[in-house]
Amino acid sequence: MPVDRVLPTPESRELLALVTDLARNELAPKASAFEERQEFPRDLVRTVGQIGMLGLTYDEEYGGGAQPYEVYLQALEELAWGWGAVALAVSVHTMSCYPLATFGTAEQKQRWLPDMLGGDLLGAYCLSESGSGSDAGSLQTKAHRDGDQYVLNGTKAWVTHGGVADYYVTFCRTSDDAKRGISTLLVPADTAGLHPQPPERKMGLLASPTASILLDNAKVDADRLLGDEGSGLKMALSALDNGRLGIAAVATGIAQAALDAAVEWVKERKQFGVPVAEFQGVSFMLADMATGIEAARSTYLAAARRRDLGQPFGPQASMSKLLATDTAMKVTTDAVQLFGGYGYTTEYPVERYMREVKVMQIFEGTNQIQRMVIGRHLTR
Amino acid sequence: MNIVVCVKQVPDTWAEKKLSDSDKTVDREGVEGVMNELDEYAVEEALRIKEASGGEVTVLTMGPEKAVETIRKALSMGADQAVHLVDSGLHGSDALTTSYALAKALETIPHDLVILGVESTDARMSVIPAMLAERTGAAQLTFARKVEVGDGTVKIERQTDTGYDVVEAATPAIVSVVEKINEPRYPSFKGIMAAKKKPLTTLTLGDAGIESEKVGLAGSGSSVAEFSARPPKQAGQVVKDEGDGGSKLAEFLASQKLV
Repeated sequence: MPVDRVLPTPESRELLALVTDLARNELAPKASAFEERQEFPRDLVRTVGQIGMLGLTYDEEYGGGAQPYEVYLQALEELAWGWGAVALAVSVHTMSCYPLATFGTAEQKQRWLPDMLGGDLLGAYCLSESGSGSDAGSLQTKAHRDGDQYVLNGTKAWVTHGGVADYYVTFCRTSDDAKRGISTLLVPADTAGLHPQPPERKMGLLASPTASILLDNAKVDADRLLGDEGSGLKMALSALDNGRLGIAAVATGIAQAALDAAVEWVKERKQFGVPVAEFQGVSFMLADMATGIEAARSTYLAAARRRDLGQPFGPQASMSKLLATDTAMKVTTDAVQLFGGYGYTTEYPVERYMREVKVMQIFEGTNQIQRMVIGRHLTR
Repeated sequence: MNIVVCVKQVPDTWAEKKLSDSDKTVDREGVEGVMNELDEYAVEEALRIKEASGGEVTVLTMGPEKAVETIRKALSMGADQAVHLVDSGLHGSDALTTSYALAKALETIPHDLVILGVESTDARMSVIPAMLAERTGAAQLTFARKVEVGDGTVKIERQTDTGYDVVEAATPAIVSVVEKINEPRYPSFKGIMAAKKKPLTTLTLGDAGIESEKVGLAGSGSSVAEFSARPPKQAGQVVKDEGDGGSKLAEFLASQKLV
């Protein structure tokens, strides 16, 4: 049964019904095969875009759906129930639109945003580098101004959609100033000198390509600078606050899928003549899984509602990401346990769920960084 | 070309369907309603024809108030307007009386073409398209797996057991479609929002000029005499293969008259 949700408007209920239908009937049945083939489902992501998911939170003026985060995140959670890699694509794309939508000039927004929100284009977000992960401010990729252009040199790492994206929102160093040395450029995928490297060989989310992007004298028109020169790090961190809520929702959706699969399994699986669901040890595990998921969902929704009201939500976004991904790791591990040996095989999706959520404790700020953010907020 | 698409709200395909004890009609209250799946293909085909050659698409449905959900889905897919024939006097109408009521409703909507799914997943009679053609005098082009519209004409590939026939007629025409014809689109969020602003006309029996004694349970020529629940599934027969599994299987199939 789909999750019984609290939603603010009739249209948000219709949207969730639509997304749930899509996730269960289009995404879930195809996920395993694509994951096994390590094939990015570009056409399905386009279908998800055409229903409006790739611009859902942004202004109607530029083709967005003007929906609050409270609605967007629950839709994202439903997509993740069907297929984590597709939900991740939506979350990353939504984050890639954020610098332009929030810090771009009206002219820049009119020029690029409608296409980015329209559903056909897919974005990537290039912040990390091989030597610069949690310490984002230490990034080394350089952009120097040459007439009407910036010339980019360096290598961005861990880029979701690397090689399949239509544009790369790229953070690079425009000066050595410790606080105001990083700037943001909207780089088209067909820029000469932009070379996506072969995808990383990963543990999970195999249908979602992750690659390094080599920038070798890649020239970008200077009017593609988003915000002021030197404002990039602030922009990256505020985009990440939003992205963390997205990841919290994705992790919650996968955890819910694992719980649903486990519930179905324990009702069917018989040992000692009875369904294993009748053993209290099993039902207590299910109860803990469900309680954890409900807490994760409630926490990200509380943070989302703060954001929707214009209140600060940074620490709450970190708490949401931390709680949801740690919970999802535990829930998916327990789901494998409940399936027994069958859960360890690729015949059932639970081992895949477990592999998929592991990275969510790592990316968009490791869970140790989230604790640091929360701790700093408490003691500043 | 102006097109009417007839859609029907049916009990969710996967839900257990029940008949009500009181009047032996399908219980539509206790179960979630969805658009009849084959009608989604009809809506999609109408939208494709409109997108290629212009005109308007009007959705027509006959059903209780709840059926407006199905109308809204068709509108959010992209239909321009809708007509909802809703009247308590229609409750219990059989196929013949339904076709009469729909034909009367069609008289209120200017159109060149009517498109429907070949059957509904609740009644599975597959007769409404032919009955509508008979009642309206329009050409009957059924089981279409491909539709082409020309200037005042419509040509279809009619699916048969062995292949297909090409059938062509002048408009107005009634076309029923099979699921092979296309891949229905998902509505978009913008479509959902736009659907709320699209015109929806509600017709009662009187509005459509339908004579009340010719519809509903009393007006229907057929009726359900009695019904019983499907018997529970019987345990299967286990055949152990001791080198003769193949012939035992053949014997079983022969005993069930399946081969």
